[in-house]
Amino acid sequence: MHELSIVMSIIDIAKQQADQACAAVIDEIELDIGTMSGIEMDSFEFAWKQAVKGSVLEQAARKINLIEAKARCLDCDAVFSIQHYFDPCPVCGEHLLDILNGKELKVKSLVVS
Amino acid sequence: MCATCGCDSGGNTAIHHLGEHEHTHGGHSHDHGHSHATTKTIVDVEQDVLHQNNLLAQRNRGYFDAKNILALNLVSSPGSGKTSLLERTLKDLKGELEFAVIEGDQQTTNDADRIHATGTKVTQINTGKGCHLDAHMVLHALQGMKPRDNSVLFIENVGNLVCPAMFDLGENERVVIISVTEGDDKPLKYPDMFHSSTLCIVNKIDLLPYVPFDMEKVKANAKKVNPGLEIIEVSCTSGEGLSVWYNWLKSKVAVPELI
Ligand SMILES: Nc1nc2c(ncn2[C@@H]2O[C@H](COP(=O)(O)OP(=O)(O)OP(=O)(O)O)[C@@H](O)[C@H]2O)c(=O)[nH]1
Ligand SMILES: [Mg+2]
Ligand SMILES: [Zn+2]
Ligand SMILES: [Zn+2]
Ligand SMILES: [Zn+2]
Ligand SMILES: [Zn+2]
Repeated sequence: MHELSIVMSIIDIAKQQADQACAAVIDEIELDIGTMSGIEMDSFEFAWKQAVKGSVLEQAARKINLIEAKARCLDCDAVFSIQHYFDPCPVCGEHLLDILNGKELKVKSLVVS
Repeated sequence: MCATCGCDSGGNTAIHHLGEHEHTHGGHSHDHGHSHATTKTIVDVEQDVLHQNNLLAQRNRGYFDAKNILALNLVSSPGSGKTSLLERTLKDLKGELEFAVIEGDQQTTNDADRIHATGTKVTQINTGKGCHLDAHMVLHALQGMKPRDNSVLFIENVGNLVCPAMFDLGENERVVIISVTEGDDKPLKYPDMFHSSTLCIVNKIDLLPYVPFDMEKVKANAKKVNPGLEIIEVSCTSGEGLSVWYNWLKSKVAVPELI
């Protein structure tokens, strides 16, 4: 359940940013989460419910942009969607891949008032 | 307040809650002489959630570089043989290399005691409910233990193939250990860990006659996830293969520059 420490880090970032903006309330938080970021969404959901209680994010609406993973084959340069590290290149079958998208895990924006 | 990293306390994780309306603004606090905007404002944050961990990992890495320390993060499922591998290594290479060990465990000091018995400097981090070490915990452990220049630092992570994968500790090498009793599809089930490691040690090969474990298959699976992964087969019980591991280790130790 590293998702719990991830949610704690999100709360810390949100609090720090809200303080800086001199905000009283965080209304919304927007997150980018890649499908290969290492976050298991069920665990994330569970951890979120536990951790935001009593925090700056308790009342905040949450928006998650799930980012589909894409890779480039280092052998033939094909670009394609992947679900796993072990997916072969659909064109040449090789496994030497450069992950282009899908590792994202970030706080994108807040709406505060 | 921790002077090095600005945390509260000696590394215990604290959650900070924003109270009703008492807060600090980047260090200063006040009784609200000013009024706060009541309109909604969008704040562009664009911050990596692991940013803080990665910054501290970079600090650790700088520390290791400066002292010419080779730091290895040992990860595996519970019971694959991390501590056994350390015990053997510390005994067999005593006198050849200088070692220090950080032991991460949820509860006990059992593993640290086993390392201590070999006469090696060891620091224990109990993570409690935490299922992985992070760079901050390692930073504080380093402050206490002060490993020697030119030494090899082993960091035994919590037995878990999922959570530690995301947390860079500042190590030079990540070593994932599996044992032949675990099944040859481990790399496919835990791809993040195998992807982020540089070496895979397959332990307990003395048990190969008794378990259905296809060595070629595990290698193929590991290479699918990480084509650059090196693989070494050992038995900590019989000692078979350990010399290959020792040679790998010695090849990673940078010879201190002669002046
Ligand atoms: N047969 C055999 N048993 C081994 C070998 N290496 C370790 N073991 C046994 O496996 C068990 C677990 O070994 P540990 O070294 O404690 O494993 P670990 O990865 O440190 O375990 P945790 O710290 O609890 O995650 C012990 O009973 C060891 O004696 C080996 O090469 N062969
Ligand atoms: Mg152990
Ligand atoms: Zn976990
Ligand atoms: Zn204010
Ligand atoms: Zn290809
Ligand atoms: Zn600290």
